[in-house]
Amino acid sequence: MAQQKEASTFGMWVFLVTEIMMFGGVFVAYMIYRLKYYEGFVAGSTSIDVTWGFINTLVLICSSLTMALAVSAAQRGVVRLQKIFIIFTMALGLVFLVIKGIEYHQKWVEHHVPGGTWQTFDPQDIHQDLIKEGKTPQAATEIAHQTEIFFCFYFAMTGLHALHMIIGLILMTWLLLRVSRREFGPDYYTPVELGGLYWHFVDIVWIYLFPLLYLINRTHGKI
Amino acid sequence: MSTVAQTPERVMPDRHYLNDNYGIRSWLLTKDHKRIAILYLISISVVFFIAGIFASLIRLHLLTPNGALFTPDTYNKMFTMHGVMMVFFFLVPSVPAVLGNFVIPLMVGAKDLAFPKINLMSWYIYIVGVTFAMAAIVSGGVDTGWTFYTPLSSGFLHTNVIVMVVGVIFAGFSSIFTGLNFIVTVHRMRAPGLTWGRLPLMVWSNYATSLIMILATPVLAITLILLGLERGFHIGIFDPKLGGDPVLFQHMFWFYSHPAVYIMILPGMGVISEIIPCFSRKRIFGYSFVAFSSIAIAVFGFVVWAHHMFVAGISVYSAMVFSLLSYAVAIPSAVKVFNWTATMYKGSISMDTPMLYAMGFIGLFTIGGLTGLFLAALGLDVHIHDTYFVIAHFHFIMVGGMVMAYLGGIHFWWPKMTGRLYPEAVAKLAALITFIGFNLTFFPQFVLGYLGQPRRYAIYAPEFQVLNVLSTAGASVLAVGFILPALYLTWSLKYGEVAGDNPWRATGLEWQTTSPPPTHNFHETPVVTTEAYHYGSESEEEVRVVP
Repeated sequence: MAQQKEASTFGMWVFLVTEIMMFGGVFVAYMIYRLKYYEGFVAGSTSIDVTWGFINTLVLICSSLTMALAVSAAQRGVVRLQKIFIIFTMALGLVFLVIKGIEYHQKWVEHHVPGGTWQTFDPQDIHQDLIKEGKTPQAATEIAHQTEIFFCFYFAMTGLHALHMIIGLILMTWLLLRVSRREFGPDYYTPVELGGLYWHFVDIVWIYLFPLLYLINRTHGKI
Repeated sequence: MSTVAQTPERVMPDRHYLNDNYGIRSWLLTKDHKRIAILYLISISVVFFIAGIFASLIRLHLLTPNGALFTPDTYNKMFTMHGVMMVFFFLVPSVPAVLGNFVIPLMVGAKDLAFPKINLMSWYIYIVGVTFAMAAIVSGGVDTGWTFYTPLSSGFLHTNVIVMVVGVIFAGFSSIFTGLNFIVTVHRMRAPGLTWGRLPLMVWSNYATSLIMILATPVLAITLILLGLERGFHIGIFDPKLGGDPVLFQHMFWFYSHPAVYIMILPGMGVISEIIPCFSRKRIFGYSFVAFSSIAIAVFGFVVWAHHMFVAGISVYSAMVFSLLSYAVAIPSAVKVFNWTATMYKGSISMDTPMLYAMGFIGLFTIGGLTGLFLAALGLDVHIHDTYFVIAHFHFIMVGGMVMAYLGGIHFWWPKMTGRLYPEAVAKLAALITFIGFNLTFFPQFVLGYLGQPRRYAIYAPEFQVLNVLSTAGASVLAVGFILPALYLTWSLKYGEVAGDNPWRATGLEWQTTSPPPTHNFHETPVVTTEAYHYGSESEEEVRVVP
């Protein structure tokens, strides 16, 4: 039993390494384009409503806390607390996704959704902000055009992250079922622990995504 | 083991993993690594023959300078589907998922892999991947080349790229799960006394392969996801219209696909490291060098990817660095080749079928490896890039190397897997036919490439015809060499001679249990007291007595 737990935990860490490599690929691509089109990335990042992102960061940090409490409840074998904390974690995860949905909707309204499929990308507001900052109309047009690739990354990265959140919610539902069958106690709580590892990992990805997407030079060098 | 020692030799055990229970459910829901290996064996054999048909059609088409069979568009689809199926659905899973799956738990003295359910799941994911790929093929095919380069794949072609890419992503997940399982198994499930320094080299090389699988495959997944997003929704990270860079796709693709070359050869090297000492009756020469050269190949493999892109407009300085690093891979590869030959030196060599394949491997891999150095040289690469020289080079590694090793391994462990021997004379003949056919097919391609015939063209200049006809003739010989084993191995399932537990008098834990092994592999947990490959030492007598 101890060997099994050790093997499963080790396996989960190895799996998380593959996740790091997968997100790593898109992070590297992000870094390259950020260096290449820095002004476009700043303009795109500044146009995002930082409040929602900040709230979402708090929501996820809280969900990590409730997840950790769920693991500790499983270790102690308190079924009621396990249920409550897993439900809290799921609720916070849902809140995150709803807020993400609101943000995506905002992007749609502001014509910030990139890509030829919808043909709606038209960052007039960003263009005007750049003019207000004192850019020439020509430079403003060019930088506004560059924001499209920033939004490509915004949707690809947050979308991939949201997909991981949804998978996390499915995992939590499965854990909840097993908790209600009273499967976990001090002797056996590996699935809760591994679910927790996954959940924390997805949270940490967001901890990186938030500054990378929302906080690029918002103050224009003035703190 | 005392009860086993008393059973007379060459008798099938009453109960083993094949007859423990019957029915289709007992196979499709099995968690036994040996049965999952058999499931993989059947499915990748089907894929191999489908992809082989594409290869035969390509060679037939190239009989005449203007193309004998297809329109150029169809020809593009043929080589794409041949490449995709062979690389992602045959070569990557071949030795790890079939032979590795079967023998690694046995070799480390475990009852099963660490995660039997995930092992079964990896097979189902593989089947889903194959289904997508077949759907893409049946509904009109794909013509991007197996490399899916943007912007060709993302914007210009109107074939089923997305379906195929989804299939490849599934195949990738399947190999990630296999790799994960192997790593945890090797770390956590070794039998008492089986230290890292006593692990069979097959385990070492599959461990190195698994490292590549878990570190590189996720990058392929994200690259292909981004390609899919670009094609489906025009989220253009590789799209120059939005300021994206198509060369970035090549970087990310080769960051996986070059290490994947080592996914496709390292396990084969492991098989060879098992066969050579056994049929030379000698300890492997320089065990730790062979073991660590696998790790070295895995590590170096991650820092050489841009040698595929020397003519794609990357900077001269980075090209020089990548060229130099590519040369470095030759060192651990050569260490292996030298150690195998040194093992054979003054050994009592018996030319059984697995040994024939292994010796074929050494020769062909050496040629393939040395011509790889030609391609890693900056100046020469400009001349022979994207010619048949490249085709010949990697077919020497992939077919001459990996497929030979795979067939050698299948023959070597066939008695263990099925409890029966194949007809030796026919098998030797097939090995010989494969070797001759292979050389006839691919050696002329080195010359063709050097003279300038480009790859992926449906037509060629008339002066190349003689060599192309030779190559096509070789391909038909090679086809015979591949069909023969499929026939006599199937035949041997029922009519083959009963093998006994250890027909090759080999060392290694997998030979100490019955053939076929019981469902839980060993009746008692084995304890290891000696190094691997103690051939020719005093303890070999012991090995002969204890079946």
